[in-house]
Amino acid sequence: MARRNSQNWNNLRAALARPQVILTVVSLTIAASLPFAVKNFILFQLTLAMVYAIAILGLNLLTGFNGQFSLGHSAFFAIGAYTAAIMMDRFDVAYYWTLPVAGVVCLAFGFLFGLPALRLQGIYLALATFSLAVAMPQILKSTPLEPWTGGVQGIVIIKPDAPFGLQLSSDQWLYFLTLAVVVLMFSCAVNLTNSRTGRAIVAIRDNPIAARAMGVDIAYYKSMTFGVSAFYTGVAGALGAIVIQFVAPDSFTFAFSIGLFVGLVVGGVGSIPGALFGGLFVLFVPNIAEHVSKGLAGAVYGIILILVIYLMPSGAAGLVRLIVGKIARKSARQN
Amino acid sequence: MDLLLHQVFAGLSTGGIYACMALAIVMIYQAIDNLNFAQGEMAMFSTFIAWQLLQWGLPYWPTFLLTVTISFCGGVAIERVVFKPLKNAPVLSHIVIFIALFAILNSSAGFIWDFTIKSFPTPFGTAPLFGNGIISSHDTGMIAVTIVLLVLLFAFFRYTRIGLAMRATAANPESARLVGIRVGWMIALGWGMAAAIGAVAGMMIAPVVFLEPNMMLSILLYGFAGAVVGGLSSPLGAVVSGFSVGVIENLAGTFIPYVGRELKLTIALTLIVAVLTVRPSGLFGRILVSRV
Repeated sequence: MARRNSQNWNNLRAALARPQVILTVVSLTIAASLPFAVKNFILFQLTLAMVYAIAILGLNLLTGFNGQFSLGHSAFFAIGAYTAAIMMDRFDVAYYWTLPVAGVVCLAFGFLFGLPALRLQGIYLALATFSLAVAMPQILKSTPLEPWTGGVQGIVIIKPDAPFGLQLSSDQWLYFLTLAVVVLMFSCAVNLTNSRTGRAIVAIRDNPIAARAMGVDIAYYKSMTFGVSAFYTGVAGALGAIVIQFVAPDSFTFAFSIGLFVGLVVGGVGSIPGALFGGLFVLFVPNIAEHVSKGLAGAVYGIILILVIYLMPSGAAGLVRLIVGKIARKSARQN
Repeated sequence: MDLLLHQVFAGLSTGGIYACMALAIVMIYQAIDNLNFAQGEMAMFSTFIAWQLLQWGLPYWPTFLLTVTISFCGGVAIERVVFKPLKNAPVLSHIVIFIALFAILNSSAGFIWDFTIKSFPTPFGTAPLFGNGIISSHDTGMIAVTIVLLVLLFAFFRYTRIGLAMRATAANPESARLVGIRVGWMIALGWGMAAAIGAVAGMMIAPVVFLEPNMMLSILLYGFAGAVVGGLSSPLGAVVSGFSVGVIENLAGTFIPYVGRELKLTIALTLIVAVLTVRPSGLFGRILVSRV
């Protein structure tokens, strides 16, 4: 009996040796079956949470892995969203083509913005990116751009239907599309951070001087990380525009940047799965706060935020790491 | 020429507001080595307290002193209650706490005093100072208060032991603790002072922009911009660039054709980023050199 128990235990441990694999498979299965279990509105919200998660992942690549602080990602999100909206509205381009194009446009913008940002560090970089975020809604509203952006009114987009005659509602189809993009983008991010390039990016964060001594081209990697980060956020922006079916300058204010930043920290700085948690947090917690008290929604949100930081100062990913570490140590002691 | 002069003076008077705010931001930066996003909301909340005291029938100057004292205690309390337990948390988590404070203060001010716009009295009168009405006596009073604050702060940091201890705490907490400075209380003191300066700024600004929970949003933007362009290590720089941000904003709105008025904020911010790329530590800031 004892032997069988220990054998079971060993099997379990062998399986747990790759807990990430199991966790990924389980959560993907759940994610794929959700559309048939929940209401359309919740599905819409989950889709949006995934969109935010992609944007937060982009911010995470920049802030978490490369150590560059940005409050300007709402601007890249806006560029992505508007690229998609203008392509669909003015040029009748199919919605799926807008995603890569929005990404590439943002990549270019991000790379170009990353060049002057090379000279700035910490708070000063925060201010520069913050300026970008504050300026973006005004630029989108400005008269010279109005024929394209529709000014304050924004642009309305038509919701795409499921292709190939699939028996899915358009909400369900958008959910699956977003899920596919999430899987693609997240696995790219995992591969990127595990590669030689990823190590260079992290080395720049940890010690720029040592990184340079090892032959890392700091200027190139920093501005390229800026570009890739903007790419992620731009794709998220395009997806967001398609899901919400509407873009307007005032949806991309500085407050949205703050939201992404909160998602980043709550999910875990420098953690790729943490971005998903961050996306859910950013979408649902303000709603919950509003549910608790209409008049004091902001205060409730603030208190929840403070409590979350008290409980997990390094975000959800930090908490998970802590628990896993404790369990591992305990089992090591038992052996 | 007349238009230019007029716009410069108008810019100076709004610049005074930004300078006030930038000064408060630099103060707290000196104490905690971090930008405080809730600074504007703290100032707004203090101003509401002053308004409430005035409503209860207190005269202006006792209200002024009382509000500054209450804000000081409030600032210390925030540090003790919220930040002390988190002193080992990562910096980014601290910034999230600032955001949380921002939300809490903004929403509770709206809840307690509602969102209607209230007028706030000025102790200096509103008559134009010179005949042509370019700059009012309140604007002058506000600029004077900013300058007095600046001198007092300079003297405090330069000539008192506590000021020196606070600077040491911000520059190098570990070494400061080793020479016997009570680092925790220095940080709390910094929060208290920042809140008190914020209260003064709020009470100076409120007669111009009127009192309501969102009054500080745009001012905070410009205050940050002023503080960072001036260099976060320099209170004088913060004040000078606070004024220049006001002037530039006004001139850009008037003299750049076509997009000037719509995009004056954007133009001001672009200039700031341009300044920063040339001088990454701000115009007046010390350039930090680190040894490896």
